[in-house]
Amino acid sequence: MSIPNDLKYTKSHEWVRLEDDGTATIGITQHAQELLGDMVFVETPAVGRQLKQGDECAVVESVKAAADVYAPITGEVTSANPELASAPEKINQDAYAAWLFRLKPANTADLEKLLDSAGYQKLLESEDH
Amino acid sequence: MLIFEHSRPGRRNYSQSPKAAEATDIPEKLLRKTLPLLPEVSEMDAVRHYTRLSQKNFSIDTHFYPLGSCTMKYNPRACNSLAMLPQFLARHPRSPESTGQGFLACMYELQEILKDVTGMAGVSLTPMAGAQGELIGIAMIRAYHESRGDNARTEIIVPDAAHGTNPATAVMCGYKVVEIATDKEGNVDMAALKAAVGPKTAGLMLTNPSTLGVFEENVAEMSRIVHQAGGLLYYDGANLNAILGKVKPGDMGFDVIHINLHKTFSTPHGGGGPGSAPVGVAPRLLPFMPVPIVAFENGTYRWQTEKDIPQSIGRLSAHMGNAGVLLRAYVYVRLLGAEGMHRVAEFAALNANYLMAELQKAGFEIAYPNRRASHEFIVTLKDLKEKTGVTAMNLAKRLLDKGYHAPTTYFPLLVPECLLIEPAETESKETLDAFVTAMKEILEETHTQPDLVKSAPHTTPVRRLDDVKAARELDLAWKAPTRNISVTRTETLTAIPSVSVA
Repeated sequence: MSIPNDLKYTKSHEWVRLEDDGTATIGITQHAQELLGDMVFVETPAVGRQLKQGDECAVVESVKAAADVYAPITGEVTSANPELASAPEKINQDAYAAWLFRLKPANTADLEKLLDSAGYQKLLESEDH
Repeated sequence: MLIFEHSRPGRRNYSQSPKAAEATDIPEKLLRKTLPLLPEVSEMDAVRHYTRLSQKNFSIDTHFYPLGSCTMKYNPRACNSLAMLPQFLARHPRSPESTGQGFLACMYELQEILKDVTGMAGVSLTPMAGAQGELIGIAMIRAYHESRGDNARTEIIVPDAAHGTNPATAVMCGYKVVEIATDKEGNVDMAALKAAVGPKTAGLMLTNPSTLGVFEENVAEMSRIVHQAGGLLYYDGANLNAILGKVKPGDMGFDVIHINLHKTFSTPHGGGGPGSAPVGVAPRLLPFMPVPIVAFENGTYRWQTEKDIPQSIGRLSAHMGNAGVLLRAYVYVRLLGAEGMHRVAEFAALNANYLMAELQKAGFEIAYPNRRASHEFIVTLKDLKEKTGVTAMNLAKRLLDKGYHAPTTYFPLLVPECLLIEPAETESKETLDAFVTAMKEILEETHTQPDLVKSAPHTTPVRRLDDVKAARELDLAWKAPTRNISVTRTETLTAIPSVSVA
């Protein structure tokens, strides 16, 4: 399974990428989209919303289930992916391209506490048993 | 095809056409100016249309379906015939108590029997659906804390195996949901519970046996932990069928419970209603129960209202909930009696464990093989999917070809590629064996002809539906082709021309 090396991960299957402009882009992992199956609806957080790490901040709904997305780090939402409202299937097509929202981290160092690709790989293996 | 699509202008069903009505005193400005858009069909068109639809029904009256009490058990015909006695049917809900003593006696006895079988101190029959019963249960917990000025309790703890209605209920009652994990054997993770409990805990919502089809082995300890922290325990009655007459939720330490009569007590429901979910409470919640409740005093039955229960959280329905459903449940419990009640649980558990053992022998993987099943159990097709590409959904669709409704699929979410199977107590060994045979055949096909399974169903009136498209492009309402029939002053609604019989 593809787990890009340049991203950070959470135990709840979100991925985070630190952009050059200092914002962080957030989405759900390939593993998460596989478990959920065909997406039918995505709800993203409002721009300007202040998120604390662990807050429920988005919803992804598939034919099987609806799942909450949690804020991987604390920060303020700066944008949400406008494509997902009409084309939620983009998450199924490429989970690492179909980002959900971006936020301005309160503290960039928070990112260091998240899992790296090897750590996430290990997490998936442990969940398998 | 919809009945509207059979419609042709002027076609009439003579015997059911509106008759010229008597003059009314409805003011002219309130009378409608256009005819309602109703289908215009002959009697035979209508009869054929609805008969065909009924033939497409997949129902407990025609087939075994392993959704069990989770959907609806067999409805004994006696419950229906007695609830349909003309004296019940013609009863007006606002008729005086003195003329409805028979009905009130049935409701009172149902309250008493439900109290006894659940071990609770009081029962209110008014909630009209499981979700309403849940809402009212948590609302009572909230009222209890508030009445004590204990306003710091803002959290409800819910295990991750819970039905989705549990967290939804907590949120609707203004609480924050704290989710706790499940351990490898399907019990609530006790360390997670201890970590979650604290001064903010208003209560814990628990389904026992859980949605994983196993009994919470530590329920007494859980009750002690939550009560010690000042929280209350809510029992979700979804799986009461498994323990009916054997174990009482009151004895496990629960403070409030909702009972799905439309599941455990065999009342009919479908297409979204009508349900019925009485709530039972421990002594400390008695002052908050929803009204009305039937009381028996000096040889007479009467309604108790807000006057009797001033701290009541209020009313949930205009009168007595779904009275017809309550009557059916009353007949059901009287048919079973105290000596029959526990046999429901015994046979439900026996059938589930037999089916689980036979399917395991047939090569299916059981999600919690070390646990005895309650009234239901989970098969996981995770490995089968990896080997053959056949998913739980594929197998479910193939079952339709074999004449069985699919069991619950992809719930609970904790178990990948799962089938949640509940046979219920009413099925015979022959039926269960036939189901095992069908499951074996499909398992064989997943290896020999996987495409046959992946493209199922093949023999149903409609083949596989596009559930993604259906969810994304909801199309629930039939739109009439533009048609505007105006009613003139002379041609009023009460005088729709009847078909002239030449």
